[in-house]
Amino acid sequence: MAAVGWIKPALFLLCLTPAVQLLHGAWTDALGINPLEALTHATGEWALRFLLLTLSVTPLIRFLRLPALLPFRRMLGLYAFFYASLHLGTYLWFDKFFDWFEIWLDVQDRLFITAGATAFLLLVPLALTSTRRAMRALGRAWNRLHRLVYAATAAGILHYFWLVKADYLEPIVYASLFAVLMLLRLRRPNLVRAPAAASDASGSGAKAP
Amino acid sequence: MLVRIARSSDEKESAVTPPEIYRQRRTFMQQCAIGAVGLAGGLSLSRPSPAALELGTPKSSRYSTDEEPTSMHAATHYNNFYELGTDKEDPHLHADALKTEPWSVAVDGHCEKPGTYAVEDLIDMSLLEERIYRLRCVEAWSMVIPWLGVPLGAALKPLQPTAQAKYVAFQTIMDPDNLPGQRRRVLDWPYVEGLRMDEAMHPLALLTVGMYGEALPNQNGAPVRIIVPWKYGFKSIKSIVRISFVEQQPPTAWNRETPHEYGFYSNVNPDVNHPRWSQRRERRIGEFRKRKTLMFNGYAEEVAHLYAGMDLRQYF
Repeated sequence: MAAVGWIKPALFLLCLTPAVQLLHGAWTDALGINPLEALTHATGEWALRFLLLTLSVTPLIRFLRLPALLPFRRMLGLYAFFYASLHLGTYLWFDKFFDWFEIWLDVQDRLFITAGATAFLLLVPLALTSTRRAMRALGRAWNRLHRLVYAATAAGILHYFWLVKADYLEPIVYASLFAVLMLLRLRRPNLVRAPAAASDASGSGAKAP
Repeated sequence: MLVRIARSSDEKESAVTPPEIYRQRRTFMQQCAIGAVGLAGGLSLSRPSPAALELGTPKSSRYSTDEEPTSMHAATHYNNFYELGTDKEDPHLHADALKTEPWSVAVDGHCEKPGTYAVEDLIDMSLLEERIYRLRCVEAWSMVIPWLGVPLGAALKPLQPTAQAKYVAFQTIMDPDNLPGQRRRVLDWPYVEGLRMDEAMHPLALLTVGMYGEALPNQNGAPVRIIVPWKYGFKSIKSIVRISFVEQQPPTAWNRETPHEYGFYSNVNPDVNHPRWSQRRERRIGEFRKRKTLMFNGYAEEVAHLYAGMDLRQYF
């Protein structure tokens, strides 16, 4: 169990590397011909990747019976929000230069912007209630509230689909991974109930072997 | 079959902008810093210094803009040419996949001189001009590129289109064995485009064989393409293998793909909304702030009469 002690800060730094790389790339002019577009696209893709990583923690815990992974779910989720915020920031600044009227038109006129804005807004309450105190205060409602992450991920992937002009390969990859992660959740009652119940019975405080 | 184009050294000195000027690469961070200062100070400092052009850039055509050309590196390393891949870097990375030798252009339809032409038979090289044009991509970015070519009309007239020829259609090479992008059905290959006859005959329309004083690089549509500067970039079809004179409005690749987004005309128009990009502004590659998009990409004075009486919202 001592391992978990250093795994968490290591994972924290690992999750930060894309942002550091992008910052370094921007500083050294290594982001290609249209660096502002590159920043926007990269932060958006990392937000989606972290959402999918977050959603894979629960199935991993279940199938590998590794409840010790649970603390990483919050970190991955907050990183998804971090990259989504950077993504939104690049749009507001580099694309619209904080012209709120233009932004309002964009949200109304362009479906992919509407979907992206929806995804971000859905993530905000999740980030705000990610503290231990909020968890305790909300009790069961916390679990219900945090199901919004499914809607946020779906909206984020839709945002990507509607952005793409003709080549849907990458959005299809994200959508497929999302579908698999959702199917894993549907299968739970039939296949894994017994062992899951058993491990629950052994006490929620019990450490995984 | 090599397209022989006069090198810049063969041109009159006054005719061609020295390539070393195009190649000057403004750094992104400079722009970023200027932009940030501009934001902080409430200034608008988006335009780069025109100092580089003062070294001497006489125009060889009255249709050339005096705006600073985009660096040659940017124009040849960031563009769309879906036959070579859908990322902006793909055309340059996969440029070798386009086989330009041998190359011929089939001419058919309503004309007196149908047949198969070598590029040099299609183009009277004595008419070669440098045209520095703004290029506006439908994706809301833009460049300024010095093209080498001849007026499209001057190349089409000797083919003697008949009175029945109301439109001219163009087709890009179809070569899925070599072109990586054509192995997937991203678009309904081959890429096709078309112009109304009066658009094709307009003096701004250019049958293009070079850029920056050199022959077209593969990734920019070698060996021969058109440039229609008042329309979104995708109308300027690359690597042409067929020219057809037709009576009916021909199908065009992007319109066939997504008709409500890409019309047949696709004139640059900041007032016609697009479901993906606001067309009111554009990012000139190399600049930090966005600039306003101009009607007909700034060529309204020359081309607006072509569309007199047409509802440009309907015929977008």
